[in-house]
Order: sequence, then structure tokens, then C-alpha cells
Amino acid sequence: MNSSLERSRKIRTAGVYAFFIIGSVIMVFPFVWMFLTSFKTVEESMIIPPTILPQAWQGKNYSDATASLPFLSLYKNTALMIFWRVVCAVVFSSMAGYAFAKLNFKGKNILFSLVLIQMMLPSQIFITPQYQMLAKLGLTNTVFALVFPGLVSAFGTFFLRQAYLGIPDEIAEAAYLDGCNQWQTFVKVMAPLTKSSMAALAVFTAVFAYGDLMWPLIVNTDINMMTLSSGLATLRGQFSTNFPVMMAGSLLAMVPMVVLYLFFQKQFIEGVAMTGGK
Amino acid sequence: MTGNKVYAGKRARSESMWGYLMIAPTIIGLLVLNIYPFFDTIKLSFSKTRPFGLYELRGIENYVKMFSSAEFWRANLNTIYFCILTVPLGIFLSLIVAVMLNTKIKGRVVFRAIFFLPMVVAPAAVAMVWKWMFNTEYGIINTLIGHKVNWITDPNIVMVTCAIVAVWSAIGYDAVLLLSGLQNISKSYYEAASLDGATKVQQFFHITLPMVSPTLFVVLIMRLMSSIKVYDLIYMLIEEANPAITSAQSLMYLFYRESFITGDRGLGSSVVIWTVALIGLVTAVQFWGQKKWVNYEV
Repeated sequence: MNSSLERSRKIRTAGVYAFFIIGSVIMVFPFVWMFLTSFKTVEESMIIPPTILPQAWQGKNYSDATASLPFLSLYKNTALMIFWRVVCAVVFSSMAGYAFAKLNFKGKNILFSLVLIQMMLPSQIFITPQYQMLAKLGLTNTVFALVFPGLVSAFGTFFLRQAYLGIPDEIAEAAYLDGCNQWQTFVKVMAPLTKSSMAALAVFTAVFAYGDLMWPLIVNTDINMMTLSSGLATLRGQFSTNFPVMMAGSLLAMVPMVVLYLFFQKQFIEGVAMTGGK
Repeated sequence: MTGNKVYAGKRARSESMWGYLMIAPTIIGLLVLNIYPFFDTIKLSFSKTRPFGLYELRGIENYVKMFSSAEFWRANLNTIYFCILTVPLGIFLSLIVAVMLNTKIKGRVVFRAIFFLPMVVAPAAVAMVWKWMFNTEYGIINTLIGHKVNWITDPNIVMVTCAIVAVWSAIGYDAVLLLSGLQNISKSYYEAASLDGATKVQQFFHITLPMVSPTLFVVLIMRLMSSIKVYDLIYMLIEEANPAITSAQSLMYLFYRESFITGDRGLGSSVVIWTVALIGLVTAVQFWGQKKWVNYEV
């Protein structure tokens, strides 16, 4: 009786492992293939049946990719865009989230409904006028243009308001009685308590800013002002049949985020799980 | 007594002052970046684009043009087809992955990280490698199956190709969300069910599924919304010159092309307004339908 239970448990564990191993191969293989192809010559990439490992590992595709795309600028633009979007989202959303959760003022509910309305509308409905504003001000092809739609975050405000709602009022009250004014209470006492929510919002903002394609394509058409995503779209046009170069370019574009992910895997996944459902 | 009152009044005033100061950046930002653009897009959808960024109100001209365009209706069909191909399958697979990740086995953290990986890779890069693997002549997929399928250029297949990439990309994300729902289910339910002799399959249908249904509903809404808005994957997989473009062009791709390639922002705005209405309709139907299957008890 016991041993048959034990056996069925073992079979089930083996089944789960089999599932995960097959699944992992499906998830990882495209990246492995990208890596291997990026070291092959165009001629080798067209051999049928394909070679698995490159006959000779050569880095020419990487020099070709970096020659046709200014990768240093792309890294810089992408990093700056992510940095400012994260800073703006976390700082402004913390302030507004705290005020909406903990402070009393007239018109609070009506003002908060603006936040909810923005959250419900897809971002594409704002794109054309946002672009026209920037074009009128002559601010296209700048880092500011990349950051522009992310200067404030309705979702972040909503999300951090939830975090502040979860903190008992007594804590703010105690700080107030200790002589802190509203601002000090917020910065020194309340905000540090939402650290994990702020981190989650930062991860969420960074991942989606990094993946965004339509906005950078529209607003920054100068190749030196593109992001990694929009730069790749340009590379796709230039090397439409040279897949090894495109693989090299794609790999260069994905490496920084993947390296960050490998180090902060837990924070990435938990951040997304916490902000989930947006 | 009076001292207290003065004190309380002063405090309330300072509280509301700080309240306004602290929401000011966000509210000003929302007004400039979202509320004004929202009304401006509506206005644009009733206007004709003139040179030098000028517009001329033209009533429903853009909408008439849009509704009489075969390309527009095709984009609707494509978008709906994409949703049908990706949403049920994607959520089904994510649920299986989440259930598997919820078992007590060694290395599940590693597997979770692997399934989540596509989320941290820009869709542009993801699309590139799949485009290469789906290449008709030299792609590894056709080599493996031994047939020359025109994954990217055959109008009848191209949407399936996009759907495969989309499902593959989103599985880990949806599974992580569902997993957090699964982890909230109390172990005591399963223990009680085991004592009553319920099999694992029975437990899944009678405990897991009803208990995870609120999370499942959130994931469904989110996935459906982002599928209706699909753009980047299709844009990267299918270039303008591809003969299959009309069979793969989604509503948002059409919006992008009309607004920023053709330069007809009025028509582009009508497309985006239509899409928003469609999303609203689909979401409303979902919220209405949830009463029948989402379990909010416990």
C-alpha cells in the first residue's frame, strides 16, 4: 500500500520534471539558436541541413551590426529613457499615492478618477497628440521625447496608493505627534515602508519601457537617438536576408537586460507578480 | 477646547495644502499627457489632415472612409483571429505551467525564471529570432518538420506564426500571475479533499480552478486587452513589403501605418477610437460574464 503510493508519487514527480525539461528547451532554444547563428557566416547559415555549432566562431557579424547601428548611443538612450521613466514613476506616484491614500482634501475623489480613467484607456489613444506636442516644441529626437509619455504614471499612482492604504494610520499619526510635518512624515516614515512596492513599480516600468517599440519609432527617427528596440527595427530593414547579423544585433540588444535579470531574477519576477494584472 | 479646535483647523489646512502639492505633478502630467490628448484624438478623428500640422473639421468623413475600407475590416478580422488563437491557448498553457510550478519539486525557481525569460527580452529581439527560425528556406523549424511551410509569407498561415510567438512570449508572465493566485489557496482544502479520497484531477477541478478563478479573470482581461492592441510582434515579423501584410495587419498596426507612414492622422485617429470602443465592449462583456464563472467567496 505504502510502496504503491510512493511509486505513484515518484511517477508524478518524474512527469513534472519531464514537462519542465521539455518546456525549458522550448523557452531557451530560440536564444541558443540566436547565439549560435550570430557567430556563423551568411553562407554557413544557409547550409541545409544546418550546422549546429559554427564551423569557425567569427565575430564579423558583431562588427557589422555595430558598424550599421550606433549601439553605444542606443544603449545610452535606452538606459536614460528607462532611468528617467523609473525615477518619475516612483517619485511622482509615491507622492500622489500617499496623498490620495492618507491625506484629506477637497475634490480628492474626482481627481483620483482622472487616474482611473487614464488606466482604463490604451496608451495608443494618446500617441498622436503627444507626438504633435513634441513636434511643435521641436523636441523630437531627444531623450526627453523618449521619456515624455512616462513622466507620470497613473498605474504607479494607483499601485502605490494601494500600498499606502495598507499602512495603518497610527504610524503617520505617531510621526505627526513626534513633530514631523506632512512632508517629513511622508519622506522619513511612510515612504520607506513601501520599499517593496516601489521596487516592483520600478521593475515593471523598466521592463515595459525597454520593450516599447511604437513610441520610440515615431518620436525619434534619427538613428543616433533611437532605443535598442527601434534600432533593431531599422537593422531588420537593412539586413533583411542576413540573419547572422540580425542575430548579433538582437543579442547585443538583449544582453544588458538579461544580465540584470540573471542577477535580480527574484526581484524581477516578484515585481511583476505584485504589479500583475495591468 | 478652543485651542484644540484651532490646532485641528490648522492641521486640516496644512493637510489639504500638502495633499494638493503632492498630487500636483501627477495631475498636471495626466492633464497634459492624457486628458488633453484624449480629447484631441477624438477631435482629430473628425478632422482632415492638412500640410504644416493643420487640421480642418470634416464631421464623420474619416469614419465613413474607415467603415468603407476593406483593409479596415480585414484588420478587425485579423485582430479578432489573433485573440482567438492566442488568448485561450495562452491562458490554458500558463495555467498548466503555474500548477506545475506550484508543486514541491527541486529547481522550480530555476524553471520559473526560464519561463519568464522572454518578458525581459524586448519583443523586437524576440521577433527577430523567431523570424529566422520560421524562415522558409533555411529556418530550423522547416528543417525539423521536413516541409517548406511559408510561415511568414503565406496569408493563411502568417497569423498562426504570430500567435505562436505571442503565446511563447507571454506564457511565463501569465504563469507568474496565476502562480501567485495558486499560492493563496490554503493547503487545508487539499488535505481535507485527500482525506475524503479525492484524486488530484478532482482536486484541480473542485478546489484549484474555483479558487484561482479571480486571478484567472484578471489575467484573461489583461491578456485580451493586450492582444487587441497587438502591434510590435507583428510589425517586426511582417515588413511592409510582405505580400501577407493585409492578412496579418492588426488594428494598431493599421493605426500606426495610417498615422505615421501614410500621414493621415485623422483616419488613424478614427481607427484608434474604434479600437478603444472595441476594447471597452469586450471588457464590459467579460465583466458581465464573470458572474457565471468567477468565484469570489472565501
